[in-house]
Amino acid sequence: MANQAITADMGHAPAFHLAEEPHHPEGHSTPLGFWLYLMSDCLIFAILFAVYAVLGGNFAAGPSPKDLFDLNLVAVNTAMLLLSSITFGFAMLSMARQRKGATLAWLAVTGLFGLAFLGIELYEFHHMIHLGATPQRSAFLSAFFTLVGTHGLHVTFGTLWLVTLMVQIGRFGLIPANRRRMTCLSMFWHFLDVIWIGVFTIVYLMGMLR
Amino acid sequence: MSVASTSQSILFGKLSLSALPLNEAIVVWTFVVVAIGAVAVLAALTYFRLWGYLWREWFTSVDHKKIGIMYMVLGIIMLLRGFADAVMMRLQQAWAFNGSEGYLNAHHYDQIFTAHGVIMIFFVAMPLVTGLMNYVVPLQIGARDVSFPFLNNFSFWMTTAGAVLVMMSLFIGEFAQTGWLAYPPLSGIDGSPGVGVDYYIWALQIAGVGTTLSGINLICTIIKMRAPGMDMMKMPVFTWTSLCTNVLIVATFPVLTAVLVLLSLDRYVGTNFFTSDLGGNPMMYVNLIWIWGHPEVYILVLPAFGIFSEVTSTFTGKRLFGYTSMVYATVVITILSYLVWLHHFFTMGSGASVNSFFGITTMIISIPTGAKMFNWLFTMYRGRIRFEAPMMWTIAFMLTFVIGGMTGVLLAVPPADFVLHNSLFLVAHFHNVIIGGVLYGLFAGMIYWWPKAFGFRLHPLLGKFSFWFWVIGFWFAFMPLYVLGLMGVTRRLRVFDDPSQQIWFMIAGFGAFLIFLGIVCFLLQIAYSIWKRDELRDETGDPWDGRTLEWATSSPPPAYNFAFTPVVHDNDAWSDMKKRGYQRPLTGYRPIHMPRNTGAGVILAGISLVLGFALIWHIWWLVAVSFVGLIATAIAHTFNYNRDYYIPAEEVTRTEEERTRALAAVGV
Amino acid sequence: MSAETHADHGHHHEVHEEPHGTLRDYVIGFVLSVILTAIPFWLVMAGPIESKTVTAVIVLALAAVQMVVHMIYFLHMNGRSEGGWNMTALVFTVIIVVIVLVGSLWVMTHLDANMMATHEEMIRR
Repeated sequence: MANQAITADMGHAPAFHLAEEPHHPEGHSTPLGFWLYLMSDCLIFAILFAVYAVLGGNFAAGPSPKDLFDLNLVAVNTAMLLLSSITFGFAMLSMARQRKGATLAWLAVTGLFGLAFLGIELYEFHHMIHLGATPQRSAFLSAFFTLVGTHGLHVTFGTLWLVTLMVQIGRFGLIPANRRRMTCLSMFWHFLDVIWIGVFTIVYLMGMLR
Repeated sequence: MSVASTSQSILFGKLSLSALPLNEAIVVWTFVVVAIGAVAVLAALTYFRLWGYLWREWFTSVDHKKIGIMYMVLGIIMLLRGFADAVMMRLQQAWAFNGSEGYLNAHHYDQIFTAHGVIMIFFVAMPLVTGLMNYVVPLQIGARDVSFPFLNNFSFWMTTAGAVLVMMSLFIGEFAQTGWLAYPPLSGIDGSPGVGVDYYIWALQIAGVGTTLSGINLICTIIKMRAPGMDMMKMPVFTWTSLCTNVLIVATFPVLTAVLVLLSLDRYVGTNFFTSDLGGNPMMYVNLIWIWGHPEVYILVLPAFGIFSEVTSTFTGKRLFGYTSMVYATVVITILSYLVWLHHFFTMGSGASVNSFFGITTMIISIPTGAKMFNWLFTMYRGRIRFEAPMMWTIAFMLTFVIGGMTGVLLAVPPADFVLHNSLFLVAHFHNVIIGGVLYGLFAGMIYWWPKAFGFRLHPLLGKFSFWFWVIGFWFAFMPLYVLGLMGVTRRLRVFDDPSQQIWFMIAGFGAFLIFLGIVCFLLQIAYSIWKRDELRDETGDPWDGRTLEWATSSPPPAYNFAFTPVVHDNDAWSDMKKRGYQRPLTGYRPIHMPRNTGAGVILAGISLVLGFALIWHIWWLVAVSFVGLIATAIAHTFNYNRDYYIPAEEVTRTEEERTRALAAVGV
Repeated sequence: MSAETHADHGHHHEVHEEPHGTLRDYVIGFVLSVILTAIPFWLVMAGPIESKTVTAVIVLALAAVQMVVHMIYFLHMNGRSEGGWNMTALVFTVIIVVIVLVGSLWVMTHLDANMMATHEEMIRR
């Protein structure tokens, strides 16, 4: 490194400091830090999955998955989330091409898919509670509502963040700080997708097989 | 006794005047003393016009050094509270014989042993460990600050908010009476209808957010901010152990968060996770919380191991023996700590195969720990040891911890555990490793890095008094508990029937008194050293002939830590620089890019505190208001894009020239 | 290692590691995940396989594959991003998740078998 030359006059001794400031670009730790946060979030879900795995069979003479789950609805819901994933991908591609309008449009579409997902989930919860399958009814239902609800809560916060970020991109443009936030939000969004794969497999599909 | 079953008002929830423990004389007097003290402190701050200074220079600071010091202050204050609980328990247990009820009723006594455990682990050991890591790690790796300076400030205030909630429970309502891990069904709504468990839950949840974020922050810092040339196997051992500790934090605190969420759902919503009805299973709580709980003890002790490594090699003037094996032992402990959790509940009834597996993994974990012990011994072997206070703590650690470790291996044998489970033998064991390991390490670390943080040493003689009172006091306080445990005395008892046991409790009480003197000497040492700071001044920045980069800069270091980013060629980077005739550069200073202070952390943590309080007392309108406020403030904070500034080159030059003059004055 | 990283940053920090895939990546990922979602739903809803155990194993295997697909095509995981630390963190997390899931199930099943099997079974029926 040429910029260590300042101590060269000491002859035998190697350079012990940089003459120039090493440039840590602003936010250079952010993607890694956010990834570590996602890993910690992943463990919260791991605990909820473990609880569901252990207590999920305790129906306490109450309703079981077969009485409650409608796989058609779950399939539609899964489709919403998958579509929102690819539209977020399109938003990221538009951002890479510096197209602010297209980015915002794709984000809006993503947000709508997210809202559709939440709407369907709320409908499902409402329907179940209406049937008397409340979170208090059995350990199975406690575990079900908590696991699926926590995922839904994450989608809710993701949507809130998405709206905030749309305002910020609209106001300040695709500046580096906003691009970084887009990267983080996209990781968050796709991460929720991965969790949902676990949810529909373990909770819904395995539940129906039980 | 309980304050639970009172009616709820819309305005104040469960909170009413009857929540104030006015019938408990001890609590009232404590409150009077604390209130007088608090008023005096607040008045002094106002009189000396220190509020603005504190707010600008400390509370809103994103400087890792100041945040580190604030963590240490928090830890030491909470140590006094936690220790007061310990003394009260010792007194009660030495007293309540021969038909005497002692001086504490059951409701109060149960809160005390719960609060003692919670405070000592979460609000003493954790802040002190986090504080030292915060202060030392960026300096050791030659960085200017941590990766996310604002998050660091926010984490500190969240931890503080948790501590404040625990302290509030002393005077408003009650604390949990469940033991420090709050097992259901006792901690469920039927077993504990009062607000005690809710204080417990929200204090830990709020502090837990801070702990997790600070873990992520320090991992990123260590991975991304190391000085050029410092590859992973050139990192100082304390940085290595900090890395492993923070990995454990990030990979376990979410478990605690999730488990406590489930417990709160059981209490607030009426779900059936850990109830005994409708398919719930309280044993699942025990299983899950120890998945967090066991790694937690390594979170505490690994940094202490790092401190001992630094201290041993510095005060023997030698490179650490077996650096590579030390690193691998640390990593192995990190992973193994996830495979032993069931040894905390061998007696639950999972059967022989499960118990054998976890018994064996527990014994295996003593192997890397033993390897570390030999590394320290071999470092000292034929070294020129300087018996300064940090080194004395290290040697005391080695003796104490080996014995605590061996009683731990005893407990790891499931059949033995069936006899000793939940007895005072267990209590003696974990105090043996936590005091002998973590606390001794923290004392060694505080004394070792004190001159770096403040520019003067701690007075050595008072430090030695503190040391001897602590070490002798420890033996008096806890060896009798081993004996009592073997006699079959279970933990958390308030009154005793067998008069032959009283003498052991009295000896233990005497030990607690000696430890009290040790703490007094420690505080006196700090006060006296501040008073005589000019005599104890160290201008070199390197009072112990240190070996790692933190000793390369001035004491206390400037805001930017290093005028030029150091380049590392060797494990003991500063030692290497000194040996090879490094000259401090005197010209060519550049402007330095630094993060800007912000009050957002204080505000967010303050709102979280209000939210926690409202949730505890079921004040639903305040829950809604503070929750919305929290989200809104967080979003508003993201609209602040202006988070950094440059320290101009002239200012750096001025600071560095001052240091040049100071160095010249002492002839370096 | 970090010396090189820092030097890198100095030169082209504006474009550093913004992990976005190509259009092709996203489309491949999407198509694969649609297929990998459709098959398990079909297996459970239509029930073409007699044995529930076999169905369950296939469904779980497909879920695992789909998670990997999402990781690669949507989250752009590879061994190089962030100097390999992303992958290290992921592998470590997966290990912990497996320990937590398998360990809890193992511990709690044995507990049930030893302590309260008959009672539990009665409730479930």
